[in-house]
Amino acid sequence: MSMLSFERKYRVRGGTLVGGDLFDFWVGPFFVGFFGVTAVFFIALGTLLILYGASLGDTWNPWRISIAPPDLSYGLALAPLREGGLWQLITVCALGAFISWALREVEIARKLGMGLHVPFAFSFAILAYATLEVFRPLLLGAWGHAFPYGIFSHLDWVSNTGYQYLHFHYNPAHMIAVSLFFTTTFALALHGSLILSAANPVPGTAVLTPEHENAYFRDFIGYSIGTLGIHRLGLFLAISAVFFAAVCIIISGPLWTRGWPEYWTWWLDLPIWR
Amino acid sequence: MATYQNIFTQVQVRGPFHKGPPLEPGGPWVRKGKPRFITLLGRFGDAQIGPFYLGFFGLASIICGFTAFEIIGLNMWASVGWNPIQFVRQLPWLALEPPAPSCRLHIPCPLNEGGWWQMAGFFLTTSLFLWWLRTYRRARALKMGTHVAWAFAAAIWLYFVLGFVRPVLLGRWSEAVPFGIFPHLDWVAAFSLRYGNLFYNPFHALSIAFLYGSVLLFAMHAGTILAVSRYGGEREIEQITDRGTAVERAALFWRWTMGFNATMESIHRWAWWFAVLCPLVGGIGILLTGTVVDNWYLWAVKHGYAPGYPPIDPPVIDPATIPGAGQ
Repeated sequence: MSMLSFERKYRVRGGTLVGGDLFDFWVGPFFVGFFGVTAVFFIALGTLLILYGASLGDTWNPWRISIAPPDLSYGLALAPLREGGLWQLITVCALGAFISWALREVEIARKLGMGLHVPFAFSFAILAYATLEVFRPLLLGAWGHAFPYGIFSHLDWVSNTGYQYLHFHYNPAHMIAVSLFFTTTFALALHGSLILSAANPVPGTAVLTPEHENAYFRDFIGYSIGTLGIHRLGLFLAISAVFFAAVCIIISGPLWTRGWPEYWTWWLDLPIWR
Repeated sequence: MATYQNIFTQVQVRGPFHKGPPLEPGGPWVRKGKPRFITLLGRFGDAQIGPFYLGFFGLASIICGFTAFEIIGLNMWASVGWNPIQFVRQLPWLALEPPAPSCRLHIPCPLNEGGWWQMAGFFLTTSLFLWWLRTYRRARALKMGTHVAWAFAAAIWLYFVLGFVRPVLLGRWSEAVPFGIFPHLDWVAAFSLRYGNLFYNPFHALSIAFLYGSVLLFAMHAGTILAVSRYGGEREIEQITDRGTAVERAALFWRWTMGFNATMESIHRWAWWFAVLCPLVGGIGILLTGTVVDNWYLWAVKHGYAPGYPPIDPPVIDPATIPGAGQ
């Protein structure tokens, strides 16, 4: 059994949301649970469908395999398998797997007596995915507006979609999202650095404490947010980044159909300048 | 769900102010500013603000940074004829542009043709280098590791490649980024178009993967720590040196979820590397663009990760290849 030295006392029954004790067991290091079963189902089916879709394509080059959504002419209808139907099934499997995974995290958190912060944060990533692949295509009236499944083909989609709005950097929500992505990475660098620098001080010095962490940041910038605060800040920044990423794409098309640089004319036309 | 998730601190304990471990005596600089408690800050993080250590390098860095800020701002203001209303109105569009290509690598270019840009760049770069010294020396003064300094160095590397190394390699300051809100975004878009779509630059792809990866890691780590904060999980140094039930639960959460877990120390090493590699490989990608690779899409076709398309129009002869074109 692949158990850590302290693991056995934590492997207790309970905490499940669905199925009671039926799936309340582990396989190797993995907890199963009802949602483990559904996750494995969706992951296996989705992966097989991707492989099948790849086999219908003209390349096995992993960088270039691409499974595209249906043509715009299908609108919101179901498409034949080879015409984007596979993409539709894979999207259902992906959402099924993601949601199963989040609910499995809830069960594991409950079993360990932990808060639900991780599945809550993960649900924002699922929201962003669903926004791109489901909500925006629904609002625009065709699955063809979603991005294809492929490593470089999805980058082509990002590029093309960006240029449809002339210059996507002018999208205000995109600006906020990018700033938050940078800020989160910046804060992560500072947090990781600070912990490592206290746990690995100059040779010959005993491991330092949060007193030194606080002193470093107060000397440095006049404020230390503290051990608890930095994790609140990090979670907030990361969730906000993903949330605004979802906002920036849902407003592109359903709310604003012109070039994004043009959007800012409202600022130039404010009556206060007269 | 009704359980308390520790989003805000509900009860704040007020002891005496924390002064911090004493610094080496005898230096001309001491910690300044009377500390204050701000209750609202204490709801989210630490309530104490200050004291602050200025130091020679801090002071010099702030002066240089302020100088760069003023040069940029005054140039922008001058560009609208010193009209204060138009300055505010057009601020997002205003720029301090780098020199024209004709000025090559000269120092200085005429002030209004890039000279001010050079001066602003000089002071901003000096400010960053001085601030880097500060990150290093403040850590050493407290006998701490210098991880903050080296992470900051990775960010400075990206800035330095964009504004200095790559323009020098290409022989003209005009390659560098302008100062300005929308203008620097325009530069980014034009840069990608000029060099055949930066999405096909593998180092750009890696850099974005590390950017998203950092956000993912921070969400996972911060979420985990908050979720075990009822067991004292936020006291990470204690959990590193003397494993408690908080880190055991945190580790098992990920082990049971994805079959693998970090330790309380190693998660911060993962975090540090993800965050550092983002600007590090990004800088490599910028450095190669235009110097080694002229068109990332064609480079991708050549290396088999982008599809080539059959030519629609008859082939065009590149005029640069005609004999005598260089004269």
